[in-house]
Formats: sequence, structure tokens, C-alpha cells
Amino acid sequence: MSGVVQPEERLAAALARLILDPSAPPVRHIAVGAASPIPAAACWLVAKSGHPVRLSLLHKRTGNPFTEGSRELFDLTGQGRIDLFFLGGGQIDGQANINLIGTGEWPGAGVRFPGSFGSAFMYFMTPRTILFREEHSPRVLVPRVDNVSAPGVSPPEVFRRGTAQALVTGRCVFRFDPARARFTLESVHPGESVETIRAQTGFDFDAPAQVPPTPDPTAEELALLRGPVCDEMVETYPEFCARVWERKAAA
Amino acid sequence: MTQVSLENLAAAVPDGALLALPPDNSLPSVALAKALARRGAKGLRLLGVPVSGFATDLLIGAGCVAEVQTSAVSLGEAGFAPRFSAAVKAGAVVIRDATCPAIHTMLQAAEKGVPFMPLRGLIGSDILAHRPDWRVVQNPLSDTPDPIVILPALQPDVAAVHAVMADEAGNVWVGRRRECATLAHASRKLLVTVERVVPGNMLEDERLAPGTISATYVEAYAVAERGAHPVALLDEYGFDAAYVAAYAKAARTEEGFRAWMDEHVFGGVVREAAE
Repeated sequence: MSGVVQPEERLAAALARLILDPSAPPVRHIAVGAASPIPAAACWLVAKSGHPVRLSLLHKRTGNPFTEGSRELFDLTGQGRIDLFFLGGGQIDGQANINLIGTGEWPGAGVRFPGSFGSAFMYFMTPRTILFREEHSPRVLVPRVDNVSAPGVSPPEVFRRGTAQALVTGRCVFRFDPARARFTLESVHPGESVETIRAQTGFDFDAPAQVPPTPDPTAEELALLRGPVCDEMVETYPEFCARVWERKAAA
Repeated sequence: MTQVSLENLAAAVPDGALLALPPDNSLPSVALAKALARRGAKGLRLLGVPVSGFATDLLIGAGCVAEVQTSAVSLGEAGFAPRFSAAVKAGAVVIRDATCPAIHTMLQAAEKGVPFMPLRGLIGSDILAHRPDWRVVQNPLSDTPDPIVILPALQPDVAAVHAVMADEAGNVWVGRRRECATLAHASRKLLVTVERVVPGNMLEDERLAPGTISATYVEAYAVAERGAHPVALLDEYGFDAAYVAAYAKAARTEEGFRAWMDEHVFGGVVREAAE
């Protein structure tokens, strides 16, 4: 590990910058779902950087924020009390539709994924969503998802508080423009270029003439990630903390 | 609210029942799922409240399940649920996909005794397109176009949970997992396994009462120590990741699953030839 920036650290810092984006709706309360160590790290990085944000980590073993299980998360979201949520997808397409059902004919005759969880509600009812999927390949980022768990955009008469702000992958950061239902390449991680991203992306997207690299975390961010952020995460994500930060959970 | 044996509790779940199960880490009764596999239950229609985990995969693999209504089936860190995936591929079970708050909402409608409740979201999702029992209506209180989904009340035949304790009055304690109370209210009957039975009446204790489900709703309970294992049970015991990982590996194949079941569910006893 030492001084070298881990890819997970760069992704967490990139997500943290999106969370704090001054042009996006303000964030007071973020919920993080299951199996999401990098988004969780990003949220802790924001909190440990001194920003007053409430984090509800759904799979925290002790100090779970809810007394009515996951129902309370959805009720909170319905009430407008969750400002930001993270979603992924077995497939994600260029209109920011996500597929957590499976490939092929309904209900996933090709490869069946686990299912849609709360996405068909959360994507509509949260003012913004950050799409996050580490695997960036033509099988994940497709021209059109085989099955829609939750749509990226809706007709104007359909009640909807927000949609995708961005899509962050292991190769790049895309911004989403809901008015045009289209992604724009914002930055590329080390070793990537517009050409490599095009080759690994099944959907069409816009790109400026010069695409900047995704910035590395600052020294302060790295110190926070490897110290207090890891301290907060080690109980819930022991394998992640051991792999990225060589940190063992207390016995 | 009678105390029975675990095997008698399993006998109280009829073949073909709509059986509601909470997800991993929200008090599923794995002990009852194993007992249902031992009794050779058939044609169960499982409801994941709102998602499904270890117990559901085990029951599907054991051939107990005809249909699963859920928002996801997963073994968490151990990945996809192998017997669920195989059954979907083979068309051996009907999967009715939902989204988490829709399942909570349908149960809340049943809890209130009303025929339906509305829910935001869902419009444009293929989940809705494959649910003829879910409808889109115009918001009757709005003068402007405002389509909204209405969901029918859903009353499970049986709900099964693993609680920490029962008391002498037959009340059961689920702590902070109070969504289990909604499940109890909505279902025709609640069957509960518990770690232990304690003296007294928890509803007379201000600190325990909010996490208690009244015996009013409890059909029967059985003592099953570590009855949620390998799933975590509040602060009683943690998730047994190694056990679930070993299951996930074994259950990749039908043969591996059967060998695992023989060791962990049938206790080495040769099963009757049910198939």
C-alpha cells in the first residue's frame, strides 16, 4: 500500500467530489445499501472532512439507524428525507436505465441477477442518485438494458424528484444530463483515454475535446481514508479493509 | 400462542401456503426452513419481506417451493443464491419480481384491512409491466395529470420469524426489527422460533414492550437455539460468513447441495425418496 494510491481510494475520492458538487442539490442525509464499501468510504470521507452529513448505513451491524427495518428507509425517502442514494446495475445503458433483473427474456432467462431491491422506488424519489459499478465493460454498459428495473428518465407527468447525477466506473466518471437522457465523459482514470472508454462502453456518449484525468485523492484525503474512514468501516466491511488497507478487524 | 416442538411448528405450514419470510439479518427462522425441508413441504409460495436470502435458497433447493415473490434473492457477501439461480434457469419456480417498498406497502394495506395502497415510483419499470395485479391510476385528489401505482393488500397465510425470546404470556421479542410486527399484523398466522422462553410478561416492561409482538398475533412458537444461524440475530450472535460461503460453494451443483443438506439438515439420515 504505502504511498501508492489504490484504485479504490481514487474511486472513493471521486465519489466524494460528486457528493459535494456545489451545482447539485444539497446533501444532508445519505443512505448506503448493501455490499457498497467504496460508496460507504466516500460518504465517510465526506463526513470526516468536516461536512455535516447524516449517514444511514443499512448494513451496519451495530447502531443500525432504523427501528423498522428497510421499510423505514423507503418511508424516509418518500418523505423527502434522503438526499442521495447509490445504485448499481448488472446492466446500465446510455439513458441511465438500470437492470438488476437479468439478461435475456424476462425474468432473466440468460443470466439471472438477484433482483431489483428498492431501485424502482429509490431512483424516482431521491433528489439524486450516483450510479456506481466497478466493472466497466460492454457486457455491463450496454446500448439498451434487456430488462428495466428502474428507468433513468420519466415522462413529465410522472412524479420524480431526481435521477442519475453521474455514473462512476473502474475506468471513468460520466455525468448524466436528464434533459437529453445522455452521458458525457467527465474524466478518465489512469491508463484510460476516450478511445479505450469507447471500446469498453456499449452505449454512445458525448466527450469534450480534452478529457481530464480523474484526480488522485489529496494527501489529506488519503490520510482520512487510511485512518478514520477505515476505522468506521472495518466492522461492516472487514474483507474490504483488509484488502485495501491491510487492516484487520479487532477480534 | 402455544409452545410446540420445532417439527410440529413445521407441520403447521400447509403445503402450498403463501409463506412470508424476513430477509437475512432481519430475523428469518432458518431453523423452521430446515424443518420444512425435513418434513418435505411442497408447493410453498414464498414471500421475501422485502428480499430473500439463505432460507429461501435452501427451501428452493430442497424442492419445497413453487413460487417466489420477492425484490431480490441473494446470499449477500457470498454472492448470488445458487439454487434460486438454477431454479429460475430451469423454470422450476415461478419468480414474481417486486421492489422492496411495494412489498412493505402491500403488507401495510393488509395490516390496515384496506383493499389497496398507492406507491410512488415504479412507472416505466418492467417490474410493473409484469405485474397485472398492480395498476396505474390517476391520483383522484389531483386536478392535474398524476399517474400513481396502486398495490393490492397482500395477506400471507403464514409468516415465520426467529425472535430472541418468548415470555410466559406467549409474547415474542424482536427488538428493533419492528417491521416483523407489520408482517405479523398482515398475516393470517405467525409462527415463531425463539432462542429461549423467559418468565413474566414483556408487555408490562416499558423497555421491552416497543420491540414485542403481542401474543394476539402468535399462533405458535418453538424453542430453537441459534435458530437464525448462519444469519445474525440482533446482538445475540453474528453472521457466520464461513458457513454461508461453504453452502454457496457446495450448492453450485445439485449433488453438492444434496450432500450439504444431508450433513446440515438431515443429520446424515437418509431421506425418504420424495422425488
